Amino acid sequence: MEARWVAVIASSVIAFILKFSGNVVPARYLEQPKIKSITSLVPIVMLSALVVVQTFAVGQDLVIDARLAGLVFAIILLLIRAPFIVVVFGAAACAALLRYFGLTN
Amino acid sequence: MKISPHARRSTVTRNAIGVGLATGVYGISFGALAVTSGFSFAQTQVLSLGLFSGASQFAVVGIFGAGGGAIAAIATSSLLGVRNGLYALSLASVLNLKGVKKIFASQITIDESTAMAIANDDDEEMSRWAFWATGISVFVFWNIATAIGAFGASFVADPKSLGLDAAVGAAFLALLWPRLINKQIRIVGILAGLLAIGLTPLVQPGIPVLACVLIAIFMGLKNASDK
Repeated sequence: MEARWVAVIASSVIAFILKFSGNVVPARYLEQPKIKSITSLVPIVMLSALVVVQTFAVGQDLVIDARLAGLVFAIILLLIRAPFIVVVFGAAACAALLRYFGLTN
Repeated sequence: MKISPHARRSTVTRNAIGVGLATGVYGISFGALAVTSGFSFAQTQVLSLGLFSGASQFAVVGIFGAGGGAIAAIATSSLLGVRNGLYALSLASVLNLKGVKKIFASQITIDESTAMAIANDDDEEMSRWAFWATGISVFVFWNIATAIGAFGASFVADPKSLGLDAAVGAAFLALLWPRLINKQIRIVGILAGLLAIGLTPLVQPGIPVLACVLIAIFMGLKNASDK
């Protein structure tokens, strides 16, 4: 089976098991302070890492291109409390314009 | 003045539809980015129906888009999904689910439905109503929006010329932004970013993101022992 289908189905099944387990597992296993303390930080580190990888990586190479300008523009939009969709498509528009005028790769 | 249960219920329902519409809008960007990262229309829609958790879905398509493989995508998506299990756990006593309802409730246990249930937790019945109304509303709008985004993007020949590769990082940043609530969390985020950059040339795509879990484990254990 194609790798993308494997990922789509396996991640969906695991996501459901994780959600369902919260409804069936006794609370005492997961409510230990250590576990709670770690799991509260997991989204922070994953999302931060994803931001930089998506901005600088091309395979195993680190590259500075229009994506960085897009990210900087996204930060500005977030600082002025723009909604999610404006941030996402604003970053895309910024990168697209720079490329259109041949200013960056 | 006391609000009647009926009036409060319609307010909660209106809010649930509002949250669904707002979240649905990200669904458009998800659908568009998934298709431009090489996912088929069907794969994109199955992610929204089955995985149904924004950050995990963006992770799956982002990791493939960056050259990573299935294992890294599944592992990252699942680590991001752990929080939904904790949400279910913290809501279990309020929702008080039986039988098949447990299955449906599990599927819609996400950031938004949990937040709305907690916001109304002074009244158990209202809290349950908020959970179901928000979960169903987000599920419906998110899936419709995914289809619209995926369909629209299928006409795009060169995603880079539209800057869509830059949109992925921006999407993760926008998901991260509201979580950066204190100094320690911001430092943890910066450390994770630096570790991911440092590891990128050294290991296969997808692994740098996973490796950052070590920072969460280290800091989490430190915080727990400091208390």
